[in-house]
Amino acid sequence: MATKTIFEKSVPNRKGYTLPKCKIEMKINSLFPEKLLRKDIPRIPEVSELDTLRHYIEISDKNHFIEKGFYPLGSCTMKYNPKINDIVNIIEGCTDLHPMQPEDTIQGALEIMYDLQNDLKEISGMSAVSLQPVAGAHGEFTGVNIIYNYHKNKGQYRSKIIMPDSSHGTNPATSALHGMEVVEIKSNAQGKVDIDTLKEVLDDDVAGFMLTNPNTLGVFETEVKEIADLIHSVDALMYMDGANLNAMLGYIRPGDMGFDIVHFNLHKTFSTPHGGGGPGAGGIGVSDKVKDYLPVPIVKHSEDGFYLEYNLKHTIGRVHSFFGNFAVMVRAYIYIKMLGSIGLRRVAENAVINANYLMKKLLPEYPVPYQNNIMHEFVACGEKFKEYDVKTLDIAKRLLDYGYHAPTIYFPLIVHEALMIEPTETESKETLDSFAEVMHKIADEAKRNPELLKNAPQKTPVTRLDETNAIKNLNIKYPFNE
Amino acid sequence: MPFISNTDEQRLQMLKDIGVTSFKDLLSGIPEDLVLTEPLHLNEPLSELEITRRVKEISSRNINTSEVVSFLGAGIYDHFVPAAVGYVIGRPEFYSAYTPYQAEVSQGTLQFIYEYQTLICELTGMDASNASMYDGATACAEAILLALRHNKKKKVLISSLLHPHYKEVIETYITPLEPEIVYIPQKNGRIDLEVLQKEMSDDVSAALIPSPNFLGVIEDLESIETIIHENKRALFIVSTDPLSLMLFNPPGKYNADVVVGEGQVLGNKQNLGGPLFGFFAVNQKLVRKMPGRIVGATVDTNGQKGYVLTLQAREQHIRRDKATSNICTNQSLCALAATVYMVLMGKRGLRAVAEQSTIKAHYLHDRICQLDGFEPANTSPFFKEFAVQTPIPPDKIISKMKKKGYFAGIDISKYGYDNQLLIAVTEKRSKAELDAFVHELENMVKEV
Repeated sequence: MATKTIFEKSVPNRKGYTLPKCKIEMKINSLFPEKLLRKDIPRIPEVSELDTLRHYIEISDKNHFIEKGFYPLGSCTMKYNPKINDIVNIIEGCTDLHPMQPEDTIQGALEIMYDLQNDLKEISGMSAVSLQPVAGAHGEFTGVNIIYNYHKNKGQYRSKIIMPDSSHGTNPATSALHGMEVVEIKSNAQGKVDIDTLKEVLDDDVAGFMLTNPNTLGVFETEVKEIADLIHSVDALMYMDGANLNAMLGYIRPGDMGFDIVHFNLHKTFSTPHGGGGPGAGGIGVSDKVKDYLPVPIVKHSEDGFYLEYNLKHTIGRVHSFFGNFAVMVRAYIYIKMLGSIGLRRVAENAVINANYLMKKLLPEYPVPYQNNIMHEFVACGEKFKEYDVKTLDIAKRLLDYGYHAPTIYFPLIVHEALMIEPTETESKETLDSFAEVMHKIADEAKRNPELLKNAPQKTPVTRLDETNAIKNLNIKYPFNE
Repeated sequence: MPFISNTDEQRLQMLKDIGVTSFKDLLSGIPEDLVLTEPLHLNEPLSELEITRRVKEISSRNINTSEVVSFLGAGIYDHFVPAAVGYVIGRPEFYSAYTPYQAEVSQGTLQFIYEYQTLICELTGMDASNASMYDGATACAEAILLALRHNKKKKVLISSLLHPHYKEVIETYITPLEPEIVYIPQKNGRIDLEVLQKEMSDDVSAALIPSPNFLGVIEDLESIETIIHENKRALFIVSTDPLSLMLFNPPGKYNADVVVGEGQVLGNKQNLGGPLFGFFAVNQKLVRKMPGRIVGATVDTNGQKGYVLTLQAREQHIRRDKATSNICTNQSLCALAATVYMVLMGKRGLRAVAEQSTIKAHYLHDRICQLDGFEPANTSPFFKEFAVQTPIPPDKIISKMKKKGYFAGIDISKYGYDNQLLIAVTEKRSKAELDAFVHELENMVKEV
């Protein structure tokens, strides 16, 4: 059943709030020139507190979420979000801090940030960390901005950024924001960077190389050090998209692989909830070479306590109004402290074992074109189902009927009809077994009764939605009585 | 191990099923020198009880704004957040969901975003809103990027009365595209219209005007718009406090092309300045140039109403280097808090919050300016925040008043406003608190 919008539930003069009395006799009209004051009243609904709760709980019920079921969304690392992380919501010493308070009144907060900076340095093998970016793509922005400024400082304007054709869409988009030309290189037969192709496009106009490792196929780029040497030979910088860091925790570090910049997705790797699309946190780690380029402030420590350092020689400036998503940082801090080095290793081990196990269970029904060095996720190809007039989209939608979230689909672009599956370490063998069983059942359905898939989903709050209609008859706000 | 379900026995069985004997076998193709032999140098794992105590202990070393009387503002404000807001955003149905890529199992998220977009349009008087940006500063930067893309001009006019941190973020964002940035100076707390007029030319891409501005002053948007739109291609961008729009004419009424701002005041805690969220609204002709996610209503195969992410061809995952922005993850849950807050408060509650904040700010302003040595920094109309010239350096006032249990305001001397203290007042401050604060200020000045 469709739920009415909150605007349709409004009743004139109904009230859902209380406020203290003002106790100061003053009229707004007397304070401002008439022409500044608003005459029309914004159509904000009038409902009770109970109306509000009923409405949002009713619609929340239509969401899939981690506590409800498996969420194998590739590249998104939808692991369980420990409830202890949310203690931050109820501690006033975290929630009720203003970013421009005197430094000596936020020593606790700065300590958490300082500690987290250090832990992330150790985990990534980088020289310095900034926690300011608030999302993965924001970390990328910060990183590419550093690349831009690194060359600019040397009096050079380098115009090209290289990346493999398996890269996330944010990589080329971020480069374009810096006016740089994106040079996409084709992956080789193993799904990795083709070194020969890289050599062909490499010249003095290359500013940097953006690589996800393990890459978006879940494949570890085994020649990463050779790549780094090549990139460094023309004084370009190595950027690592850290979306897939989960696969390597405690075992392999971006710094040791030769990366100059890496972004962290605290909301993926370090278990902070994604909030239906954010807030995340996308801090970055950098090598010695570019540590003076980090955004300011960063948190430092002296005899007198913790302080905010604004003086970095080549800083790119700010990328956020204040310090980044502090409340998300506290959650990641709690997670890292609870796991320690042993726990982080277990995360990587189980993430990799779960992915390899699930891949094995789905083969050969769901072919995986790139199987060597699979780490935390894998990309299956749904092309063979075309024979039954079934697309990957149909498989994804059918999965919803069975109570699972679908994998990431049609990405990366280099696998046709891609199904990108990332189970994460928190899922149990039983969950993976059941999921595999359903995937096989769906494969069977595709062959025997493809209509079942093409008409899926049927058991969800709405059936398949018409996206073309949404664009053609654009309706992006409630029309009231217009 | 915490949060991992599989037992050691299961792991062994799974490894066997994979066809290997140990985890290390799965790393076999990776150069040996890349794999750490020693564990990382991190602390010993803490139990839930230990980390709870630790976080509480560390947090107790902060002084939070609930322990003192706070007059801090400059973009982040201590407004009251009703308990029901926290309750809704704490539902795992909302907070542990991902971006709504599979619409059929994400109707909750998609519908609230649709409602959020509607509410932002109602407040700003604009035609379309996206699903949120990172914060007010990046929303400003993205608005200028939109303008540079839209009209391909190179000159950007920015009010010098924009939050100084926002200026820094904008410069970081747009410098690589090599625009010419001109800051329009102020005159009595508002931008100098003569200078604005002089700087207007054919090569202007956009003008960004905050109102209320950094000093809390409401600008004369009507006159400003007339000047800017003399150049028909130039975009008029307004950055604003959404609560102010319950009292003052919305930028939409003045033909703003883009309206952005910091949304934290709508139902979000201060959180040391993060997470925040930026709102972003445009007029009809710019809808397809907007950055970020947009939700649209449509129908399912049974003709039932539903919601989807729409106009995705603007976005990075489809358009890659031709996208309108690189933004992917935004601040969805903060936008949910804002939605629930606005709905709970309703049109009258929101107006009451805006009115009380304004009246209390004006009361405090008048009382402080009666004290010896305190002068208004300007005489322009202000919303809930104002700057005063102080008889002793603002940082001294701040540190003395801190000992008395007040966060007295923000020293804006360092931003070029010599000897000025920026004071914000929300509905949370009582008349008694304001009177006591004035009393303490008076005593303090006498002592010096």
